[in-house]
Amino acid sequence: MISLKQDQTKVKETKVTSGDEAGRREFLKGSAAALALAPGMTLFAYGEALAKPADQAVSTKSRWGLLIDAAKFSDEDVDACVKACQDENGWSDTGKPLTDPQWIRRVNLKNKKTEEQFSLPMMCQHCAEPPCVDVCPTGASFKRKDGIVLVDKHICIGCRYCMMACPYKARSFVHEHIEDQKEHAPRGIGTVESCTMCVHLVDEGKEPACVKAAPAGAMVFGDLNDKTSKLAQLIKSVATQQVRADLNLDPGVRYRNI
Amino acid sequence: MAETYRQLREYNNSFNILLVLHVVMIAVGLGAAFYMEHNGHVVTGMNNQIVWGLPHVFAIFLIVSASGALNLASASSVFSKLAYKRFARLSAILAIALLIGGLVVLLLDLGRPDRLIVAMTYYNFKSIFAWNIILYTGFITIVGIYLWTMMDKTVARFNKAAGWGAFIWRIILTTGTGSIFGFLVAREAYDAAIMAPLFISSSFVYGMAFTVWVLITMCQATGHRLITKEVSQKLRELFIIFIAAMLYFTAVHHLTNLYAAEHIGVERYILWSGSVFTYLFWGGHVFIGSILPMLILMKSDLGSSRVGLTSASILMLLGGMAHIYVIVIGGQSYPLSLFPGMEVTSTFQDGVFGNYMPTLPELLLGLAGVSMAMFIVGFALKILPFLPSPVAEDQ
Amino acid sequence: MKIVLIMQKLIMTMLGVAFIGVSLLASVGQASAQPEWMPNPPKAIGGQCDLDPKEMRVKHMTLLDHKRDQTMHDGIRTKKYSLKNCIACHAVKDESNKYVTVKDERHFCRSCHDYAAVRIDCFDCHASRPQDTMNKAAKAAGNPHAKSAGISAIGKPGDRTVATLRKFIAGEVK
Repeated sequence: MISLKQDQTKVKETKVTSGDEAGRREFLKGSAAALALAPGMTLFAYGEALAKPADQAVSTKSRWGLLIDAAKFSDEDVDACVKACQDENGWSDTGKPLTDPQWIRRVNLKNKKTEEQFSLPMMCQHCAEPPCVDVCPTGASFKRKDGIVLVDKHICIGCRYCMMACPYKARSFVHEHIEDQKEHAPRGIGTVESCTMCVHLVDEGKEPACVKAAPAGAMVFGDLNDKTSKLAQLIKSVATQQVRADLNLDPGVRYRNI
Repeated sequence: MAETYRQLREYNNSFNILLVLHVVMIAVGLGAAFYMEHNGHVVTGMNNQIVWGLPHVFAIFLIVSASGALNLASASSVFSKLAYKRFARLSAILAIALLIGGLVVLLLDLGRPDRLIVAMTYYNFKSIFAWNIILYTGFITIVGIYLWTMMDKTVARFNKAAGWGAFIWRIILTTGTGSIFGFLVAREAYDAAIMAPLFISSSFVYGMAFTVWVLITMCQATGHRLITKEVSQKLRELFIIFIAAMLYFTAVHHLTNLYAAEHIGVERYILWSGSVFTYLFWGGHVFIGSILPMLILMKSDLGSSRVGLTSASILMLLGGMAHIYVIVIGGQSYPLSLFPGMEVTSTFQDGVFGNYMPTLPELLLGLAGVSMAMFIVGFALKILPFLPSPVAEDQ
Repeated sequence: MKIVLIMQKLIMTMLGVAFIGVSLLASVGQASAQPEWMPNPPKAIGGQCDLDPKEMRVKHMTLLDHKRDQTMHDGIRTKKYSLKNCIACHAVKDESNKYVTVKDERHFCRSCHDYAAVRIDCFDCHASRPQDTMNKAAKAAGNPHAKSAGISAIGKPGDRTVATLRKFIAGEVK
């Protein structure tokens, strides 16, 4: 408890001036470069070391994204991701499939021509041009500067227009009262919710829960804007796909081997 | 002419009974809304696939009708058809009432209706929904001013301007309402600019059907003739033209969709699959809502008679509900196509037709919206001279 | 017509009598039982908050609101004015040594909000008691105030006045 109190006094609620911010950026750049140079850490230039200071606002410098390799997922692997999301964010299956929330789901695919079958995890694709954000009347649906698409439940009126607009069916509406929410994942009746890319973890410099639960290399999380990140390098070097690329929404979540 | 308009003073009991019924219906509907809000939307038929349900069908139907209810007023002020001037006031107050009725339903179905103030203070101007909030409140204001210029001689000189303003505003308003669907790139049933003109042509039909229905109800309640034979004939002809226009836009919408391979699936689902929407489309929208009233109205004698106009109006309104139901629910029921060429399944109803069974509270809330509109009109008729004065039997 | 008027008067009188009766009963009840009407927010686990209680009593909603937008939209996750942190520090335990939720009237926020009859919207979505990381910190510190929480009353019976409440808000009464 003492440590908590110390933290409280330590943290200064000063507004970060633009000069400060630029300085921090420089600092971050330096540390990223250092990481990139360190042997064995070259590709995964992401971790606790890059966590932004708690008092610093997110910026457009980063754009968080995911690369999901469908070939590396069995049905059970996808389910493990779903379970990890449920545990992390406190939503669950209550036996009402039509109204239960589903932040992430297993989509089973069967190619009509080749009869090939596989499955993959599907969730909010964190578009650069999110239709849900365009249609939201109050601005509750918004995209953070670092590309994470969220619902500000404080001003969500529950009109569900974003659910009509989302091409990925990524959103659910909270149909009943819920209790004992996770303290880092507030969710409540009458508002719309979806995958937050575990924003509370990302802000601490950690990976989303599903990425941790996925088989090694099946899900890569990282900064699309950081050319040295494993994610950016993979996207540069291997064939990746966007779901509904025809809509030109530039999703932050990309797939391989669909 | 001694007086063109009249306050409702003498009427038989049927009017009182109607008013009481509407009040009861409103109370029941508010109860239903409270029930839905208290328990959450889990007690409705709406779910994560069909996110907009029967309340939205009612709300959109009423809002679309509101714009069309202004037809007779616009005809007299904007297009100088003086025969309709007698109905201008009723037409305007009905437009306001229908819009309020629709908005109340829309509002009470929100996940958080208690946050109305948020909806009014936070605006995302890229959202057509936010624009609609402005269009709706603007419509009530402009039509209110228009009514004022009709009823107060001191401002009568602004009548023409207000009439034009209201006319332009209502066209924009219905364009906005149609665009709620037109802008949805994700859903194959929508995402077409033609949704806007389709909604405008539909509004002409449904709004005028409401107007005629109210007028004829008032004929019954007062025991007087309110519509001359000449106007009856004109209404009959207008209805035929409006229905034809609506059918035209409906046909173009579906035919253009049928041409694009990516839209064939949803068109087959709506038009041919034998789903509930197939029946509602052909049986409800096309047959009951369009063909049948057309047949009645085509016959000059029957079509301009009280019975003919009443039955045609009611048929058009029923068909209108079916029409909006097919658009709103049918469009959502068809699964999103995330992976073309693949068979898709999941625990979140991917790749399956969405199931929706409206529940009683939803129906009651929707009906309460209609009652709200009708009660507002009935009440207004009693306190101010909105009604046209009676005409002689032979006119 | 006259009968209606008489009836009206009769009903009004009866209502008036009933009102006075209820008020009298209420005041008698108040005087005899130990009153619990003054807000008595339980002490924080971590001891005195380093934020000014006077300011917090008056402005907590605005301060939390401001912080809420910073966290939500800019990812600023400092502890000052963070709801999660306030909840962690102002947690109250029940008889079975568990943190109470906002459903329990001993909950820190309710101790005042019940009195002021102001509905709290926060806990429709937010957790109203500490969990995981904060649990550990709280456990380490223990919760010496749990027993007294919401039970003892401040102020003397009978001085349920606006002035007392003002004094409380101003921090003159602890």
